[in-house]
Amino acid sequence: MMSKIVRTMASFLILFVLIYGLYIIMHGHSTPGGGFQGGAVVASGVALLIVAFGSHSIHRSLLERRLSILISIGLLIFIGLAFGGMAKTFFYNFLVGSPIFGHIPPSGPNPGEMSSGGVIPIMDIGVGLNVAGGLSAILLVMALATTVMEVEE
Amino acid sequence: MVVASLAFVEFLVIILARDIYLNGLHIYTLGASSPDLTIPENYIVPVRIILEVDSMSIFMAIISATVSLAAAIYSLSFMKGETGQNRFYTLLLLLVAGMFGMVLTGDLFNLFVFLEIASIAGAALTAFRTKFADTAEGGLKYIVISTVAALMVLFAIGIFYAQYNLINIGALAHVMQYTMLDKIALVLLAIAFMMKLASVPLHMWCPDTYSVAPASITIMLVVASYACLYALFRTCFTLYGVSPDMVTVGWIVITLGMLTMFVGVTMAVFQTDIKRLMAYHCISQTGYMLLGIGVGLAVLNRPEALNTYGIAAMDGGIFHIINNALYKGLLFLTAGALFYRTGTRDLNRMGGLAHKMKWTTIFYIIGALSISGIPPFNGFASKLLIYESVYRFNPILAIVAMITSILTLASFTKAFYSAFMGAELPEYQEVKEVPKSMIAGMAILAAGIIFFSLFPGLVVERLAHPATEALINQGAYISGIMGGGG
Repeated sequence: MMSKIVRTMASFLILFVLIYGLYIIMHGHSTPGGGFQGGAVVASGVALLIVAFGSHSIHRSLLERRLSILISIGLLIFIGLAFGGMAKTFFYNFLVGSPIFGHIPPSGPNPGEMSSGGVIPIMDIGVGLNVAGGLSAILLVMALATTVMEVEE
Repeated sequence: MVVASLAFVEFLVIILARDIYLNGLHIYTLGASSPDLTIPENYIVPVRIILEVDSMSIFMAIISATVSLAAAIYSLSFMKGETGQNRFYTLLLLLVAGMFGMVLTGDLFNLFVFLEIASIAGAALTAFRTKFADTAEGGLKYIVISTVAALMVLFAIGIFYAQYNLINIGALAHVMQYTMLDKIALVLLAIAFMMKLASVPLHMWCPDTYSVAPASITIMLVVASYACLYALFRTCFTLYGVSPDMVTVGWIVITLGMLTMFVGVTMAVFQTDIKRLMAYHCISQTGYMLLGIGVGLAVLNRPEALNTYGIAAMDGGIFHIINNALYKGLLFLTAGALFYRTGTRDLNRMGGLAHKMKWTTIFYIIGALSISGIPPFNGFASKLLIYESVYRFNPILAIVAMITSILTLASFTKAFYSAFMGAELPEYQEVKEVPKSMIAGMAILAAGIIFFSLFPGLVVERLAHPATEALINQGAYISGIMGGGG
């Protein structure tokens, strides 16, 4: 538990950190970044909260078990999409060309076609969920373990 | 469920193996509009993730599938009572995935990724039983060695990518120029894989890790290190192939193989910890494979020598991989069974266990006779192939190999005597036979050994020899990728 200034700033900043992380996840197919990087940014937001509020108070609302559900959902999305293209090959991008999920834009500059990745953005979301959940769980467990050691000393 | 999925994998692998034996090399391009579209339209080089499976790959895959199935069945009882069971099996499947990825991929960078996956899962599994004090040390050594090795592999891949803009093994072999940088990359790759497979100058991690890991994990780690052996062969034969330097490389591999063989067995003779003893033997047996393959490498430029004894030496070396995976796996599992019932790995504190643990004793005898190369067993078949062919290459090498074999027999006899023979000890009155699933795990491997002992000719002809042909035939591997639809 840090001072009141730090806690207020952390609870304010966490919004921006999370939005930035989600932005990187969502735009993984067209800009630098992707599921892993965005997930790591989200997890760094959790790290901010742990530093500001102490691991025990975070652990009360962010349970490891719920994080592992998040991880499993992410992995299921990823492998499900990979099997979805099984009619042609494993990992075949079967959504590209359909109206909602976009088509391959022509080479050269374009006015900004955001949805062009087919299954790639959805896979990014899966990876993002997985990484955010996994790294947060690791951070939380490590933070909890260090506080236990301090108590013993 | 884990066992069911691994049994299914084994089934798939055997079907694929039969298909490859009949039809040759298989290619699968992930994410392409058709599986054999290795080079996309408007490109001249392969850019996708490609699985390329030839006889050598499927040979390693059969080993991985069989041993992991036995390990999973064995774990059902062996790990009962440990906390975090679901994590244990998750990591086990991850290790299996890493091994399969390493042996089936046709892409150097994928090889690196799967090497990392297998290393991390292996290290976590080694340190899994945190209630014992020494497991963390073994896990740490494994992860340090693996990370250093993986970094060297990554560096070598960087060298290739900077020069050729390629990371696909077949495509790289197609354009290989044998520049100075390529030689540096070869050295880096060779050192990295040697490190992972505990060849002698870099073997110090092996006994510490293998002895503290759960027995079922130890045999998985052995197979994971053979996946690195596969990667070494793939690098030497397919990536570099016939080049003037291969004589030097071959002799280096032979020398390291001899050292590995001899140092490993001499270290093993005076061990009193049963799993350390077996770990040193594991190092020693790796030396035989390196010797067989090294002879093949050294004569790769001389077709007449290659045909008279080079191919036989390589057959022997490759056959020895699967034999060793089976009997070494069986021996580690019996050591695990002894530990499970007595709670110690110290041979001096065991004794008279043959009275209580009959199945374990029988399996131990099968494994020990086989590893020492006693005639009816499969260890004899592969060792004989190696001796005969290596003797024609250089008699001294074959003699050292035979002395190693004698020392192996000596140390396993010692271990057998102190663990199983003698009167029943009072402190082990309560000892029973191990649970059924552990016996089943051991029985799978023992059945493999007996099958291979009865039909060595069949196995060499159907499994080992096609693998050798696949290694020597660099052109087929390249044209599988570059030929635009293999």
